[in-house]
Amino acid sequence: MTTISDTEPAAAVTTPARDKRGLGLRRVRWWRVVVLGVLAVYFLVPLASTFWFTLYTPGTHTFSLAPYGQMFSAQGFGTSVRMTVEIALVTIVILYLLLVPAMIAVQLRLPKLKPVLESLAMVPLVLSPVALVVGVQTVLGWGLDQDPGTPLFQLAADLQNQSFPLILPIVYVVIALPFAYRSLESGLRSVDLKTLVEASRGLGASWPVTIWRAVLPNLRSGLLSGAILTLALVFGEYTISSILQFLPFSVWIVQDGQGATSGQLAPAVSLLSLLLSWAVLFLVSFLGGRRAVGRPDRSS
Amino acid sequence: MSVIASAPAQDAAGTRGVSLELSGLHRSFGATHALAGFDLALAPGELVAMLGPSGCGKTTALRIVAGFDRPDLGAVSLDGVDLTPLPANKRDMGMVFQSYSLFPHLTAGQNVGYGPRLRKVSAAERDRQAEELLELVGMAGMAGRYPHQLSGGQQQRVALARALAVRPKVLLLDEPLSALDAKVRLQLRDEIRRIQQEFGITTLFVTHDQEEALSMADRVAVMRAGKLEQCAAPAELYDRPATAFVAQFVGTMNHLPGQVVGAAKVRVADRELPVDGACPAEGTEVNVLLRPESLDLEPAAEASAAGRPGEGQVMLATFLGATTRLTVRLGDGTEAKADLPSHRAVEFPVGSAVRLAPAPRPVLVVERG
Ligand SMILES: Nc1ncnc2c1ncn2[C@@H]1O[C@H](COP(=O)(O)OP(=O)(O)O)[C@@H](O)[C@H]1O
Ligand SMILES: [Mg+2]
Repeated sequence: MTTISDTEPAAAVTTPARDKRGLGLRRVRWWRVVVLGVLAVYFLVPLASTFWFTLYTPGTHTFSLAPYGQMFSAQGFGTSVRMTVEIALVTIVILYLLLVPAMIAVQLRLPKLKPVLESLAMVPLVLSPVALVVGVQTVLGWGLDQDPGTPLFQLAADLQNQSFPLILPIVYVVIALPFAYRSLESGLRSVDLKTLVEASRGLGASWPVTIWRAVLPNLRSGLLSGAILTLALVFGEYTISSILQFLPFSVWIVQDGQGATSGQLAPAVSLLSLLLSWAVLFLVSFLGGRRAVGRPDRSS
Repeated sequence: MSVIASAPAQDAAGTRGVSLELSGLHRSFGATHALAGFDLALAPGELVAMLGPSGCGKTTALRIVAGFDRPDLGAVSLDGVDLTPLPANKRDMGMVFQSYSLFPHLTAGQNVGYGPRLRKVSAAERDRQAEELLELVGMAGMAGRYPHQLSGGQQQRVALARALAVRPKVLLLDEPLSALDAKVRLQLRDEIRRIQQEFGITTLFVTHDQEEALSMADRVAVMRAGKLEQCAAPAELYDRPATAFVAQFVGTMNHLPGQVVGAAKVRVADRELPVDGACPAEGTEVNVLLRPESLDLEPAAEASAAGRPGEGQVMLATFLGATTRLTVRLGDGTEAKADLPSHRAVEFPVGSAVRLAPAPRPVLVVERG
């Protein structure tokens, strides 16, 4: 996106030597079309095929939107969606409660620790989810091996509560760490944090107020993109939740969604969740973008 | 200027004009001694400029006063009350930073209202105050602009208004003009001085620009390597520098070769001048420090140009308006600058042979090493 819009003003400015430029411009445009075309085929064809599959029943040669109606009444749909949303929100909250103070403290007070924090935050990238989940399972197993009624047993049981398995957000925080770190890092780099903090403190703000009123608003775009990535990650995560035998949205699509008529329900749900994710993404980045640019000038 | 009548600092009569004292400040960063026993005292309502070369500890001293940093040793006190236990947000100081420091997500008006908002001032009252203060700093009607819609000079104006909005006891300015271009710098310099005097607010102004310091301040504190070298009114600093460092750092200074010829007497350019301050033993080779304006010229005989002390040739004439600065190369290769009234300078065209004629006033000397 950016590269395309960047080339335009440059091309418009260089009006002299029109013939040569014109040729160059045409070549650029032609490549754009090809690249966009390839991307479109790569992304849109599978989506279109999926859509076709959900509508068309080959045996009877009929088209029907029925699967899209069925999903809302399908057993477990509402529960799994709500559970996933809740897990995602809790993940984001825990993630930011840990990461934001740590990153601000490192930036302001302990810049020497920055490489340490950065490499720590990147570790989950090389961690295979299967290895992670096996470890988690083992640890949860120790808890359940205790006598029922002991605090450890209770803790292990609570973490695996079927209606809200707290263990999932805890594991997801680890997995989402690299993405959230990167998003926040780019946000932090675009502001002069030390000066902002000192300006705010000098004007009489305590530390918490400074973070809330002076720092966080300027990290908004970084926080938003980190949250979106985390949300997407939680909605798509399958390995860990299915091995631990929970039933969030992704697992529900595969397990229970399949059971319905002619397997059309699962792809229909997938498509709809994709559209919903896009809608959320656009909404959030639209809101974030608009507020970052600023409201129109009051004085004129 | 009806604005002034209701200016915030004035209705808080108790906070007007406090005295500020920095005593024995030490601060080290590893092996760097940024402050090595720095003392400075400001009278109520006074503007003191801290002047010194880059890296001499000016910012460190200011940050300690503001409470952003703590001294290893020493104390800062306001009206005799030790500030050491107070965190930065309880010190009631207004600070303007060298880099642009406005909150990017807030408008100019909201930036100015940031401090008052923390003090639970109502929104309507905040807006009214912000308008007034912005008008005071020449930004009337710009309350709705975001920082990225303002020029550098405008941003510093808003930053000043924001600092004043909290009715600070002391105003701290850390090279607020150094990022601006020359014309804006001159303009803002005068405005800061005007506002500071209207509010009668005790102000510490950091700069590495001697002209800025001399033109704005009641007193100038010259710093060197973490210590106070001299603190005096601009004219005194210029005419009677306490040390050779101050003499060289403030204004233009000639270093002419000379010799001590008696008790507090030095021979330079074939004349004997009284020595001010420390004077080495008789016979010592010294550099005599002379301002360009206390150096006059006389015509000399062409033939002796290379020989006798204090004689040389005019190399360059720089017209400065009322005066012209003539650069003279002496026989031994030393260059001397002499400021003459322009109508007299024409008597010494480039290439003519001249003899230096120092004014018969006490001079500073430093040993030649
Ligand atoms: N946070 C810091 N860490 C390490 N060294 C510092 C720090 N702050 C200042 N210094 C050092 O202290 C000395 C004085 O710095 P500073 O007060 O910023 O000088 P000035 O403002 O006069 O240019 C410099 O040598 C600088 O490198
Ligand atoms: Mg500095």
